[in-house]
Amino acid sequence: MNYFELFKLPPTFGLDVATLESNYRKIQSESHPDRFVTASSAEKLASMQTATMANEAYQTLKSPGLRAAYLLSLQGVAAIDEKNNQMPADFLMQQMEWREAIEDAENARDVSTLESLLDEIGGAGKNLQESLKSQFQHHHLSEATTSTRKLIFMDKVRADIVKSIEKLD
Amino acid sequence: MAYSDKVLDHYENPRNVGSLDKNDPTVGTGMVGAPACGDVMKLMIKVNENGIIEDAKFKTYGCGSAIASSSLVTEWLKGRTIEEAYAIKNTAIAEELALPPVKIHCSVLAEDAIKAAVADIKAKQSAKATI
Repeated sequence: MNYFELFKLPPTFGLDVATLESNYRKIQSESHPDRFVTASSAEKLASMQTATMANEAYQTLKSPGLRAAYLLSLQGVAAIDEKNNQMPADFLMQQMEWREAIEDAENARDVSTLESLLDEIGGAGKNLQESLKSQFQHHHLSEATTSTRKLIFMDKVRADIVKSIEKLD
Repeated sequence: MAYSDKVLDHYENPRNVGSLDKNDPTVGTGMVGAPACGDVMKLMIKVNENGIIEDAKFKTYGCGSAIASSSLVTEWLKGRTIEEAYAIKNTAIAEELALPPVKIHCSVLAEDAIKAAVADIKAKQSAKATI
């Protein structure tokens, strides 16, 4: 059973996040250890395995970059290869500029700059997600692989800004 | 995860953090990023007329192992020729820092950054030679 099947979702990039969350909660509560206090050890083990898989599946599908990479892996494409760190130079330059701007704003404890960077990077990430939707729909897997690799960086930098805003607040 | 003492040392006191002038014809820049984790790394080397690396600086945004790997290579690079630099293997970095298997990719990233910086300085040198 793959992650999409587990949550009874169609295997698409543009999935319905609300359905993902409610189906995840349902599985978590159905496989909660409290329900298996008097069950056999085989049933306890099975419910624990379901809960673990549901957690992994949820973490993967919730993140746009990891979701795209997982979709590609279902089609036999490895978007994440630890031996392949080649990314377009202009893309890396932009990542570095964002990272340096975030670092400067953090040091200056400048939350409003961090928030505007979050908007800017969030917007760029959304555009990338729109491209990915269409690339998956048209089975342009090579373009989708490039977009997926970029999206993982965008998700990371976005998550890091959210963390530093929380730290300063 | 438990980091080795050497990783912690480089993480807490990173060597040679910063930038060199990227427009300087004797400076090579290598930029790489790991899609596995979203880490980005920039390595800059200043090479003299004898092909020896006089200075090296890095900036890495990523986990402790990625920072330690790039900090360590800046120490190794100074005084070496660009050919010697190009021959540095990720396994040597991983071994020196005692990186666990899940962090080997951080040393691969550092090796890739060296190769990218050497390629950049060679491109600059041959561009100069043709003028």
